[in-house]
Amino acid sequence: MNALAGDGYQAEFDSAAGCVRLCGSLRLGGLTEYAPISQLLEDALDGRSALTVDLSTLEFLNSSGIATLSKFVISARNRKDCALTIRGSSTIPWQGKSLNNLKRLMPSLELVFD
Amino acid sequence: MTEDFGQMRELHPDRDSETLNLSFWPGRVPLRQRWRNNGLSADFLGDYVTTFFPLDDSTPASAPRQAQIRGAVSFVANELLENAMKFHDAETPEPITIQLSLDAELITFHESNAIGRAATEEFKVFIEHLRAADPGELYLQQLEHNAVSERSAGLGYLTMINDYGAELAWRFEPLDGGACRVTTQVTLKL
Repeated sequence: MNALAGDGYQAEFDSAAGCVRLCGSLRLGGLTEYAPISQLLEDALDGRSALTVDLSTLEFLNSSGIATLSKFVISARNRKDCALTIRGSSTIPWQGKSLNNLKRLMPSLELVFD
Repeated sequence: MTEDFGQMRELHPDRDSETLNLSFWPGRVPLRQRWRNNGLSADFLGDYVTTFFPLDDSTPASAPRQAQIRGAVSFVANELLENAMKFHDAETPEPITIQLSLDAELITFHESNAIGRAATEEFKVFIEHLRAADPGELYLQQLEHNAVSERSAGLGYLTMINDYGAELAWRFEPLDGGACRVTTQVTLKL
């Protein structure tokens, strides 16, 4: 398992389960600070035909985090070889408001709310 | 001369509204150290407003409504404070302030900081562009063309407008030496 953690958040890639999980509150200061998380997401796509990104315990994401997630979704779309699912929670308000935008970037994205 | 983009509202404490003010002098502590406080302050503002939207067992919708309002206030405040910390001109002896005002219909934020002459002009061009464009299209464009840079405030504003139905306005007030005090107003309808 590949994992990262910082002040208030964890990110982990479970290769066997084909799942990246982001938990906690992500408010890093810009794309440079998000680079390790970007890399973890990109690495998870490599050689994989299906991947789930589980955000169902990600309580907060700032706009730099939204940009990071969007870049990843665009990257997955452009690869054309990996079916992407994003799992969110209907009880976390920002997810109901902002995750649908990702579907506009990648219409084939499977967006699932617990 | 003071210059407004959009309709600025004057916020006065009175018996029908609640206001809360926070001020920071960012030069005193390094930005990296200060960054953590953005989240703490934003969450504090989000928690603060929940007092005025209490949970009511007989109204099941009160819990999601409280969560929505807390989430919206926390997101907007966090973005405003992050922008303020990134763009504030520390050479100018001015604080960063954020004021939250809550009345029966609106939640209004006024975030204010100093910016230098060159940044002022750049910011005004960006605001004109934002006000003239379709925010939904501009949001997708920014993401598609990877136009989100380290110092871009654009995506935060566009998220507030598109996802939270926020209205934005700005006031520029000149300071000595060509700098400006800029106030960003964000209004959320209740």
